[in-house]
Amino acid sequence: METLRCKGSRDLLPADMARFRHVEQVFRSCCLQWGYDELRTSTLEYLHLFTSTGTLTPGMLSKVYSFLDWNGWSGERVVLRPDGTIPAARVYVENMAQSGMAKLFYVENMFRFEETGKESRERWQCGAELLGGADPSADVELILLALEVMARLGLPDIGLQLSHAGLIRALLRELGLAPAEQSRIFDQIMDGQTGEVMAEMIAASPLLREPLSMLFDLRGNSPGFLRNQRLALAQISPRLETSMDNFIAIAQLLTDMGCSYQINMSSGKGFEYYTGILFQFQVGDRSVGGGGRYDDLIPLMSGGDICASGFALDVDQIMRLATDSAPAAPRVLIRNLDETIRGQQISFETAALLRQRGYIADCRQGNAEAVAHRWILSIRNEGGKARFLLTDRTGGKAAELDSPTEILGILQIANATKASPS
Amino acid sequence: MLRQSGLEIDGYDEQSRSYRPQCGSRPDLAMKIFNERDIPIQVAVGNYDLGICGQDWVEELLARYPGSALVKVKPLPYGNRDLCLVADASSQTGTMQELAASRGSVRIATEYPNLAESFSLNLRLRRFSIIPVWGAAEAYPPESADAALISRTDDAPLDPSLLSLTTILRSSAFLIAHRPSWESRDMAPLLERLYAAIGVLQLAAQVSTTPATAGAYRSTRPQSDPTAVWLALPDGHQQAPVLEFLEQAGIKLIPNPQEPRRPGINLDGVRTKIVRPQDMPLQVANGYFDLAITGEDWLSEHLCRFPSSPVKKVLRLGLGKVRIVAVVSKRLPFDSTQDLRSPLRRHGFATLRIASEYVNIADRFARDNHLTPYRLLPTWGASEAFLPEDADVLIENTQTGRTIAQHNLKIIDTLFESSACLVSNESSANGSELKRKRIGGIIDLLSMSAHQN
Repeated sequence: METLRCKGSRDLLPADMARFRHVEQVFRSCCLQWGYDELRTSTLEYLHLFTSTGTLTPGMLSKVYSFLDWNGWSGERVVLRPDGTIPAARVYVENMAQSGMAKLFYVENMFRFEETGKESRERWQCGAELLGGADPSADVELILLALEVMARLGLPDIGLQLSHAGLIRALLRELGLAPAEQSRIFDQIMDGQTGEVMAEMIAASPLLREPLSMLFDLRGNSPGFLRNQRLALAQISPRLETSMDNFIAIAQLLTDMGCSYQINMSSGKGFEYYTGILFQFQVGDRSVGGGGRYDDLIPLMSGGDICASGFALDVDQIMRLATDSAPAAPRVLIRNLDETIRGQQISFETAALLRQRGYIADCRQGNAEAVAHRWILSIRNEGGKARFLLTDRTGGKAAELDSPTEILGILQIANATKASPS
Repeated sequence: MLRQSGLEIDGYDEQSRSYRPQCGSRPDLAMKIFNERDIPIQVAVGNYDLGICGQDWVEELLARYPGSALVKVKPLPYGNRDLCLVADASSQTGTMQELAASRGSVRIATEYPNLAESFSLNLRLRRFSIIPVWGAAEAYPPESADAALISRTDDAPLDPSLLSLTTILRSSAFLIAHRPSWESRDMAPLLERLYAAIGVLQLAAQVSTTPATAGAYRSTRPQSDPTAVWLALPDGHQQAPVLEFLEQAGIKLIPNPQEPRRPGINLDGVRTKIVRPQDMPLQVANGYFDLAITGEDWLSEHLCRFPSSPVKKVLRLGLGKVRIVAVVSKRLPFDSTQDLRSPLRRHGFATLRIASEYVNIADRFARDNHLTPYRLLPTWGASEAFLPEDADVLIENTQTGRTIAQHNLKIIDTLFESSACLVSNESSANGSELKRKRIGGIIDLLSMSAHQN
């Protein structure tokens, strides 16, 4: 059969949606407990929000869905939101900048073109942004929040990789590259092409091999490693100190919190707007999210001198990896054997009572039979009086009952003896 | 080149009225003539194995669709032209650095919107608007655009009022191939002949971003006057009848050899510019012209795309009458729009391919008539050539229907009738009583002439 689904799009079927809602619910619950407020930004944004230097790389911009709206005769293009941070920053600038600090989170879909159409071009993200916080503790808070979300979802062996956009930018500056060249190389690193760009730079200037190798090839897992690196890199330029001090402070705090990580400057994939710490979360070799500090984005939007950082988790990846799922309420299929108006009324009233008590009460329509239901409640009319037959499909037991109160009694006993009766 | 390669081709010259030339020595070689701009698309979608067109149009397609199934086979030793970004010599954006540092929105008029957008993104322009035009892009700066991306040849010197900021592409004619055809079909016998004709000469198409230095020229145009009325007049085949119409109304144009697209006019406080009628509604919508003489077809095309546009028709001039019609091949068993609906699949049409220069009118026609599923093929001219191989339906204008019949096509529906009209922007006067009076005066003059017709 010819597929009617658009290439590169994906449907979330009921089973997918159950997992999606579970991820979303855990993320929302964690964020609310950490004092973050929920935000939902517009799906459509002006393209120019994403085109300035310091927003998205040209590589990413070539994959956004942009078009002229029905009133776009001026040539002003709009775009399907390709990223969550820039719209959140816009909302902050337009509505919250006066209040200084804002802690925001969102669950939103992002749209980016993917050539093969095998991957979905619509990706869901759970993101959190901390606007107005400049301290290393703000970055650490975001990392700990993300780790808590993933731990509560039961993700196994979560890896944390750290890099630092400020350090990369400072090094490129100190190497004496022209500003345009610095931007181009930084963009390539953010687009995940660190290996290629290093090889290109070393081929063009062999003297760069030592400092580049020092920074990008070595791996560490402690603030001590960064202190060693600081000493070695100070030989190249003392002006890397500020970024390095920031990096060390964050690493030290993470270590003190008992959080393990790998320092890997080559892992610094992300957005052009990043200016400080960069972090990536992995399960096995799959990236499940990441984030970083972006202190220049709010000033670029004329929102004042506001520092900010944030992260986003890839819901699509996490849905595949999460082991825990939300417990479902016991499910009852109600079969009405009395087709009269009165019979239907009793059926709906009984279902409403069950729902009030926390059960899923599903009135049978048409010929639908029990699928995920543990219980079947048949209602018939005997001489003007409703009679109930409650069947437990797991044990094949059935009980003839006279009233909804008796039904609730049996369901409660079964529920109490088995934690997850469905 | 084709002749040198030993391919004697009949029906491929300026006077030819056929779109299907024949090659006597290679009867197996099927050829078709298209507007150059359509060729990369036709080759990319696989309707043709090989194509010859300007490299600029190939790059224009690839700028938007880099995954297009095209192989750029060989540059050809003719058709050299440069794609240049130009600005008005008197403007503030005299260098690339000034353009890149612009804080406001940069407006670029061009026939190459995809290349212009890609260029703007890579230049990291903070904010920009691409104004797609059908032609005469060089006439837009400085009033209607900050810069124009135009195609130039060495033998056509740049208008002295313009300053070249940079050349973004050096283009020549190019031989291109459909990638799967290139991978699987043996086209070597034909290619050998072409290669022999081309010889060893290869033209390098190089991308350069070296900014040009500012010239000494400064425009002598009058200063901006908020009460001046800008009137746009059409070029092309509409130009002569419109001039005659204006003369009947007592309006005379005074040729301006320095800037031919900006003739003088015998009306105080009125300035004119000659541009493509296709581009006028968009320009009026943006307030760059107060009045424009265009066709009702192009006004309708604009309003189909932008329904809340402030452009409105103020006067039907009654000249240049055409009908906008739906056309199919005479071979097809369709005689009405109704026939295009349900029997699609019965006649083997998985998808109805609708070609048109009026892409938004065609889109609305298909939607309103529930022609599903359908696909639109924007064309840039020579549209009759698309039927029947490369499209199933054509939305086209016609005066007499003769050209359509000559190409073995038939009209199955008339969408509407169109004539030249005067359009304006609702908010043109912008609070100026003098300007409002001037606009009213022009409308009155043209109105009398229209009634006489």
